[in-house]
Amino acid sequence: MEFYLAILVGLIFAASTYMLLSRSVIRLVLGVALLGNAVNLLIFTVGRVTRHIPPIIPLDLQGELTGIANPLPQALILTAIVIGFAIFSFILVLAYRAYESLGTDNSDEMRVAEPKKTELTKLTY
Amino acid sequence: MLLAVLSGFILAMFAPSLKHFFGYRAGWLLAILPAAIFVYFLSQYDQVMANKAIFEYHPWIPSIGINLTFYLDGISLLFALLISGIGTFIMIYAGGYLKGHVHLGRFYAFMLMFMASMLGVVLSSNLMALFVFWELTSVTSFLLIGFDHLRKAARRAALQALIVTGFGGLAMLAGFVILSASTGTFEMVDLLQYGNAIKDMDLYFVVLILILLGAFTKSAQFPFHFWLPNAMEAPTPVSAYLHSATMVKAGIYLMMRMYPILGDTVEWSIILGAFGGFTLLAGVFIAIRQTDLKLMLAYTTMASLGLLTMLLGAGGEGAIEGAVLYLLAHSLFKGGLFMVAGTIYHEAGTLDITKLGGLWAKMPITFVAAMLAALSMGGILPLVGFVAKESLYHALISGDPLALILLVVAIIGNAFMFAIGFAVALKPMLGKIGDTPKAAQEGSIMLWLGPLTLGLCGLAAGFGITYLGQSIIHNAISSIGNANAGTNLHLWAGFNTPLMLSLLTMALGAIIYMLFDRMRNFADAVLNWIGWGPDKGFDQFMAGLLYLSQIVTNRLQTGQLRSYLRSTFILLALVIWLPMIAYDAFPTIDFGALTIPTFSEAGILTVAVIGLYAILVARSRLTSIVSLGVVGFAVAMLFMLFGAPDLSYTQFMVETLSVVILALVMTRLHLDKADQKTGLEAVVATVVAVAVGSGLTLLLLKVMETQLDMKLSDFFIKFSATLAHGHNIVNVILVDFRALDTLGEISVVMTTGVVILALINLRPKGQNKAKNKPENASENAPKNAPKTLEESGQ
Repeated sequence: MEFYLAILVGLIFAASTYMLLSRSVIRLVLGVALLGNAVNLLIFTVGRVTRHIPPIIPLDLQGELTGIANPLPQALILTAIVIGFAIFSFILVLAYRAYESLGTDNSDEMRVAEPKKTELTKLTY
Repeated sequence: MLLAVLSGFILAMFAPSLKHFFGYRAGWLLAILPAAIFVYFLSQYDQVMANKAIFEYHPWIPSIGINLTFYLDGISLLFALLISGIGTFIMIYAGGYLKGHVHLGRFYAFMLMFMASMLGVVLSSNLMALFVFWELTSVTSFLLIGFDHLRKAARRAALQALIVTGFGGLAMLAGFVILSASTGTFEMVDLLQYGNAIKDMDLYFVVLILILLGAFTKSAQFPFHFWLPNAMEAPTPVSAYLHSATMVKAGIYLMMRMYPILGDTVEWSIILGAFGGFTLLAGVFIAIRQTDLKLMLAYTTMASLGLLTMLLGAGGEGAIEGAVLYLLAHSLFKGGLFMVAGTIYHEAGTLDITKLGGLWAKMPITFVAAMLAALSMGGILPLVGFVAKESLYHALISGDPLALILLVVAIIGNAFMFAIGFAVALKPMLGKIGDTPKAAQEGSIMLWLGPLTLGLCGLAAGFGITYLGQSIIHNAISSIGNANAGTNLHLWAGFNTPLMLSLLTMALGAIIYMLFDRMRNFADAVLNWIGWGPDKGFDQFMAGLLYLSQIVTNRLQTGQLRSYLRSTFILLALVIWLPMIAYDAFPTIDFGALTIPTFSEAGILTVAVIGLYAILVARSRLTSIVSLGVVGFAVAMLFMLFGAPDLSYTQFMVETLSVVILALVMTRLHLDKADQKTGLEAVVATVVAVAVGSGLTLLLLKVMETQLDMKLSDFFIKFSATLAHGHNIVNVILVDFRALDTLGEISVVMTTGVVILALINLRPKGQNKAKNKPENASENAPKNAPKTLEESGQ
């Protein structure tokens, strides 16, 4: 099953990359959201997947617990999802504010902090 | 010896305050230090004579073999005496020359720092220490050339000198590093014991070229000579001290030092002979074109340095003897002549040789000093310059063809220098009284003491040459290589071939002097016809460098987020793909062994892929957003199917929230609908995206071929119930085992919340976009918050 998940991870990464190479800031934001999903799924896949059995210890457990899903990647991903959401909201608001202030959602036109195209400086001593 | 070297740096700190209290008379006071250093080195003379050398060790970075080690042998002693001796008179002279200058104190500080650095160069045994002092002389030279920093020409000259000599210094450093890597030591003392071993090693030629680059740039050898005439922008005491008597000799010193280690090979002789000879001829030829006294002297300095290099290239005991003698003579007469030129400028207000004349009666002492220097420069009998010239002719008449060429070059060069020396000394002094900006009169004692003393030293050295030849000169030569040389020097050696050649030189020189104006016009015409020189080349190089860096900067820093991201992703793809291809490390996939997904799994995967496709091609943004939600939900479903219910819940919640917020924000923006990629951009983006995606898939598959380390997971599974009393292992990890991580996570979320609030509420002053302001933002935010924030912003 990991094989199919690996393919899906690659596809999400590809889609995310394509979105991030856009001019439109909103597409960038979508790309970042996808990137988060891709990374989470990647961590999940690397931890190997097990069908159906969640990492929960039964109350009446006798002896060794086997066959459950790997809990460690899950813990990592849980943290990552929440932080990813926080970052996503932040850049969304940032994009929104940028649009409001600059009147464009085209990242090429957002050049407030960039120098204007000037002539080449002449040599002086 | 440490104190002798470092005292200059220490006194430099106090020089400005001394100048503040004593005015220009501080020169007398400050001259005490170089004088004391001179006496100190003189007192070491007996010991150097007896033990051959004094070695002193001060640890600096002993772990990597870098130490402040000083090594005083004959040649170091001669240089140290010249530096401190001439330095004494320069200090006094500078007081008279820059009397009343606002920054005289600063000037003294630079001069003292220079003197200390220069002493460091000639005394260091450790190559790294030598390099540091070497660069310090470049830096102080930069400061002194640019002393008159309000003039553009001075700034340019300063920068030029720094760049050229700094470049050479770095090359030299590389040479030193290779040398020490091959021999295992940074100590000159040890290297001197190696003998011919270094000349036989494979990298000898590389080392030689690198070290010679250092020496040639410092000692103004063609084609690096151009910084030296430009350095005449500095006040005259600087020209006299740094750019004729001492600093430019650092390259000569280095070559003399390296002579036993690297010298006397075919490569050495050809390179030094060719460059030295050409520098000599080019120097005198350009010198004769000049009408400015200082520039004439500067170009003859270049010529003299060429002569010295040439002699070192010729090699052998006689040539070394000639070089050492000429070095001594040149330092004395050129330092003197520069100071004379400075005095003339100070008193008459011009350096133009065509305007000056008839000053001898008004400036008799300066006239005497000028005559003594010119006689020595011309190589006329009782002066030390004569002995030097005889000695070098004697060395070059050995008969082999190379030496013969060098002899001819030396005679032509000396003839020109004879003529130019007298032109500089006589033309302003004799003839009609010129039309000068200031009415000339004799300078103060501070101005004539230096040149007169140096002139008299030249005279005394001539008469005392037999004694010098047995003592200091002998020691200097023997430390370079030959133990017997130099003991047989006489002022008058009888009628022999060198004397004949000398007479020939003088005759030629006299002819050139007669035809001086015509020669000048001729040289002028030739050089105008050539037109281009390294000095122009320097400007072109600098302009090219600037142009190139601007092109590169504009190319790399486009200011477009897209291009930065594109570079990042291309790099990512390369980093994944290249090693995989290079090491043929693709994952092996056994298609037969693949588990077949269940119907629900296959369905969810399909939904995810369709969702991705929809995001990319969606015509409206709302469709994109909803499709994003679809992908997110599919991922959540996968989590659910593979035993991660906690992830699934969270993912569902987060995706729902994301879609809702995105949709809310979208409705407030009025955006272009379609993606604005052009055809080519779309192709590039697709290629990059596919490369990144497929690369990561392959990488992931490759990683999964390795064994997963389950140690940590097993620990958590084993102890979550017994230690932390929780049965949901994921939850236990989050809130117990790794609780601090979770605290960090919460802090991130909280900070983001605060930042978002601030972003929505804060407006720059004067920007009143109440219309566009989202209503929910003002509703959600506390009523007072924007106001207080704005107030605090003021």
